[in-house]
This record gives sequence, C-alpha cells and structure tokens, in this order.
Amino acid sequence: MRDVAIVSFAQSDHQRAVLDLNEVEMLMPVTRAALDQVGLTIRDIGFTCSGSTDYLAGSAFSFVSTLDGVGPWPPIQESHVEMDGAWALYEAWVKLQMGEIDTAFVYAYSKSSPGDLPMVLSRQLDPITVGPLWPDSVSIAALQAQALIDAGIVTLDAMAEVAARSRRDALANNPHAQLRWDRSAAEVAAESPHTGVLRRSDCPPITDGAAAIVLAAGDRARELTDNPVWIRGIDHRIDPMNLGLRDLTDVPSARLAAQHSGVGAAPVDLWELHAPFTHEEILLRRAIGVPDDANVNPSGGALCANPMLTAGLIRIGEAAGAVASGRAHRVVAHATQGPALQQNLVTVLEGDR
Amino acid sequence: MAKQRVAVVGVGQTKYQATRGDVSMVGLVREAAVRALADAEMTWADIDAVVIGKAPDFFEGVMMPELFLADALGCTGKPMLRVHTAGSVGGSTAIVAANLVQAGIHKRVLTVAFEKQSESEAMWALSLPIPFTPPLHAGAGGYFAPHIRSYMRRASAPDHIGILVALKDRKNALKNPYAHLHEHDITFDSVKESIMLWDPIRYAETCPSSDGACAVVLAAEDVADRAPRPPAWVHSTAMRSEPTLSADRDPVLPHASRDCAQALYRDAGITNPRAEIDCAEIYVPFSWFEPMWLESLGFAEPGEGWKLTEQGVTALDGDMPINMSGGVLSSNPIGASGMIRFAEAANQVRGLCGEHQVDGARRALGHAYGGGSQYFAMWIVGSEKP
Repeated sequence: MRDVAIVSFAQSDHQRAVLDLNEVEMLMPVTRAALDQVGLTIRDIGFTCSGSTDYLAGSAFSFVSTLDGVGPWPPIQESHVEMDGAWALYEAWVKLQMGEIDTAFVYAYSKSSPGDLPMVLSRQLDPITVGPLWPDSVSIAALQAQALIDAGIVTLDAMAEVAARSRRDALANNPHAQLRWDRSAAEVAAESPHTGVLRRSDCPPITDGAAAIVLAAGDRARELTDNPVWIRGIDHRIDPMNLGLRDLTDVPSARLAAQHSGVGAAPVDLWELHAPFTHEEILLRRAIGVPDDANVNPSGGALCANPMLTAGLIRIGEAAGAVASGRAHRVVAHATQGPALQQNLVTVLEGDR
Repeated sequence: MAKQRVAVVGVGQTKYQATRGDVSMVGLVREAAVRALADAEMTWADIDAVVIGKAPDFFEGVMMPELFLADALGCTGKPMLRVHTAGSVGGSTAIVAANLVQAGIHKRVLTVAFEKQSESEAMWALSLPIPFTPPLHAGAGGYFAPHIRSYMRRASAPDHIGILVALKDRKNALKNPYAHLHEHDITFDSVKESIMLWDPIRYAETCPSSDGACAVVLAAEDVADRAPRPPAWVHSTAMRSEPTLSADRDPVLPHASRDCAQALYRDAGITNPRAEIDCAEIYVPFSWFEPMWLESLGFAEPGEGWKLTEQGVTALDGDMPINMSGGVLSSNPIGASGMIRFAEAANQVRGLCGEHQVDGARRALGHAYGGGSQYFAMWIVGSEKP
C-alpha cells in the first residue's frame, strides 16, 4: 500500500456541555488548529471527510452546515460518513491509496448535551424487535458487563482498576480530558451500583467535543512534518447488532480487525483502545491481543472524554501524538461504535526510526 | 499502487412505490441486494465489503440504521461503511465503493442505498431552517422554486419547458417496470392543469415520495472480465461540495457542479460531452432542473439548456437522451435516487435496460446532487475498458 501518515492532530477541551457555541463554532478552532500545525489551508487539501450524526445534532443534514465551517470555497472534494471519525479517516486513507491526491483532512464532532444520550442511543436498535423497549445504552453495556462477570472474564475489582488508572492517567497526561481525578481502585470498588453491575465510575462521561487530523502521503508527509506517523495497517469489521445473535463475552469483529491490520507482526509500545466502559477495555484487550503489562490508554481514553462519533478518531490522534513526540515507536489505535462494541476499527501506526 | 480498474457487474432494484408496506427496512435492502448478487451470479460469501448509503436517519426514525441492517446484508465479520452526503448520497456511496476496488483493497464490493420514506413525512423533514433566513419555505420545492425562477429569467425560458420535462420523464417511466409512477393517461394539459405547489413548480412537475432500494456490485478487472453479463466499466468518478452560505454562490449554475463535471470529463478523456456521451441519468427532482443541469454539465451553453428539451433532444429517441428510466420525477426514494441514476447509467452501457434502452449506448453519465445544490457526485461508465 502507499505510505500515508498522520501529520497533524487537534482536539477540543472536552466538556459536559458546550452551551455558548453551536457545533460549527465548537469545531472551527479545532479544524483551524489541525491545519495550522502543518501550515495548510483547506485549499491545499486534496480530500476532506467528516464523521457525525444527525441524531445528536437534532437536525437532518446537520453536517451540511458544519462544512461551511471549513470554508469549502472554491468547492472541494469532500465526503461524510454517519460514523465515528475513525471511519472518515479510513475513507480518506482509501482516497490517498488511489494515488491522485497527497493530502486529506478528517474531522469529527458531536454535542450530546442537548438530549438524553443513553435514550437517544437506544434509537440505534432494531426498530421492530428491540427499539420499542427503549433499552438505554448504559443498560446494554451493563448486560455485557454482567455476561463477562458470569463468564469469569472480568471482575468488578479489575473494572475498578481500569476506572482509577484511566482517570489518574488523564490527570497526569491529558489537559483536554473532561474527567480527571486521583482516587484509588478500592474507592471505586466501594461505589454502589449505578446501572446493573456498573458503578458510576465504570461509565464514560457525556461529552461535547471535536477533533481533526491531517493525513499526507509519502514525501508530502515529510515536507509537512519532521515526525510523520505512518499508517502501517488499518482494518475494520462489524458484528451483527442483535444481542441474541452475539456472544457478548467476545468481540469477533475487533479480533478480525486486529489480525487484518497486522497488530501481531511486531511489539507494540502503546495502545489507545476506544472503550467507553471499564469492562470493555478488559474485553478488547483479550480480543485484540494486548499483553498484560502493556501501556493502555495513557490519555485516559473514552472513560475521561467521550464525544460520540469523535472519541474513536481521538484514539488515533492520541496514539499518533505519542509516536510524533517520541514517547513510542509502534502503537495501536482502536475505534468502536454501535451497541456493545458492535463495529470495530484497528490501525497500526509507526514512526520513522 | 496505481489506480485499478473497476466495473459494475451487478445491479438490483426494488419496485419503487409510495409505501412498501409488504417489507421492513431489512426486506427492502435485501430485495435490491439479492437481485444485484443474482445479476452478478455471486453469493453473499463472494462479497468482501459493503458500503451503504441513505439520506437523513430521521426519515425512518432509526439512528445509523446500517448497524441493525449489517446482518441482513451479509456483513458479519466484514468491513461496512455508511456514507451520507445529503441528496447526492446514492452517487457518493457508489463512488466510495468503487474507490475500495480502485485502491486495490477489495475485489468485490456490494453497495446499497435506500430510503423508506413512508416511515415519516419527508416534506417536513426537508423543511429545514436556513440560518439568518425567515422560515418561509415548506419542503425542498419551496427552497428550489426561487432558483428555478432565476433560471427562467436569466435564460428567457418559456413557461412550458418544465411541463415538457415532466411529460417526457413520466412517459419514459411507463417503459420501466421498477418506476413508482406509471401515469398512462398523462398529457401536456394534465401536467399544465395540475395544482401549482411552489410557483413555478406544479404538482405534476414534482418528484414523488417513494420507498425503495438500489444495489450495485462493483468488481476488480479480473473478476469483471469473467462476469456473466456485460460489465459497465467505470471511466471516471468525481465529487464536489461547496458552502451553504456564501455570497459567491450561484445556485442556478453552481461552481461545484461545473468543477465536478470538468474533473469527471478530464479523467474520462472527454472533451465534447454532448458528442462523446450517449445518454445520461441526471438528478431532476423538479422538472426545471433538466435544463439547468444540462448547462452546468456542459451539454449546452448557459441559457441554452431549455432549447434541447424543447427540441426533443433529451427524449428517449433524441440525440442526447436524459432520464430514460423516468428519473427522479418518477421514483424518488431520496437516499437511493443517486445510486439509481448511477445504476441505470451502468445498465444502459450493459445493454440491459429493456424497453427504455438507448440503442448502442456505449458511454453514459450518472449524476446526483444534494443539499441546496451544494453537493455533487457523478460517474461516467462505458461498455469498453477505460
């Protein structure tokens, strides 16, 4: 495949509710920052692709007005996925593989604050058999956590460790994170249940936020930055949605995506896993093949900032940032969407040695 | 890796109608997909990846419905992408699917676009507030009517051109078994006398609201060479977008539309589209968009498009047939409408269009637009390899 690198990444300071700005205004400083870091304007970009969902914006064709925020004049080559921005990055990577353009711009954003997010997400479910029951997203996560506990794959103590470690790492490493604190796993373990077996600290925050990435191919990437972060492998897969058709103690689609992106070919220094709930990190570690002593989510992950359809793209950006800054050489980033980790993307990133 | 060749080897369409109450969303997309696989003589197992497209999720009231449709479309364990680029989405979706083959990533990609508009009231879903603008319009027709009036004034076009387009497309639809509207008794006068909805757009010059799905199988060169039926080779694809709010915009002759067509023809090696393209399926949801798009697509000079319509050039037996299938004016499941244009263009050069086949069509254009004429997606397909 053609060598394609992440050359720039920017994200917002994630918040529970951005009340004074609309989506376009929230996004604009982020897109500006990502382009400024490599001295580009939208006119220098070969292809632009974004990820967002009308259901959170509360308006049909919401991305159409958001596009105005990047200033597509003269007209640009552009597309949009109703998916996490990680898949917008995938579409842009495909365009770069065709060899006709050398740069691409990817962004994602969402505001969950205007609505009741767990209930909004219940509208993703099968509209005939499941949707009418209005099962909220936290309850579905709790079903999966219970299945994992029953199968002996996950313990409540191990989940508490993930909760405490993630927020502590965010406090130490991630000024953009929304939830950052230093409490022991024992304190988390002592929390009373919130939904099913899940304690409040096992759940992600509700977040308004945005992120953007610039991609460049080959020599163009080296012109734009001294530290290009090369996409060595990228793959994504989906499982059926219907919870009754799935083994909730496994994530076959994440396993396949890891295999096909070449995760196992060499040691990995750092992993950014998109695991909004604590038990999901433990499950994903098994599926993707993460060693026990691995450095996982030093950014704090989605447990510390979880802008919908954006947190996956942020995992890629955070992993790339670790490589660009020299903290790591070969890293893996993962993104997920859909109920109970239904759809998964895995990418392997590497710096120049 | 250089860009690989890609061809359409299978097309499937549902019957389009106001309400497909006999099928769920699952049944609707499968109906099209199964027909496309049958046309390609493939099974679900042959497919490497699925790309699905549709217009706003509010139309059916399901957020990201591809997630629950994944299983029905044979995606389990496979890559699946969901595209949404406003009304042009059916075209963009086919282009994203073609790109996966052109980039050398997959050999066989199934792409599906659908809308089940009977689940909601699309006219009000399309009555979007425009920032800084008084909310005076109802439905897409209310948004586009001023653009059409502007075109009529600039081109000095006579009133009856829109009626001629509607009459032609609805008569073409009589030759297309999948078309939603089969108006056997339609006449010039019946169109003219239909109620004025958004002056100058009459009821009979407006697209219907349809349920339907369209599917296409795209294949790499070595697969297409062995296809059971003639493939339609993709000669070029293009997508362009422009802002909603810009003082520089000209919605009658959009910059993005002209740029998109230019890039499309350049990549296909076309210098004279009128002479080198045999027929076209273009996105005409309101009759007057036929002459408007003829101009921005380079089939006529600005201000001259309506003359082609008036002279019968765009008729099925004309010199430059447009919307042989009956077009969006006869079937409009919004998210699928762009892909239907792309698929019908492909079937023309495959010679599989039956009663609405253009004799000897060797190169055809598929076109889609969306938003308030800011989003464009196009492809050129041919019976010969590019």
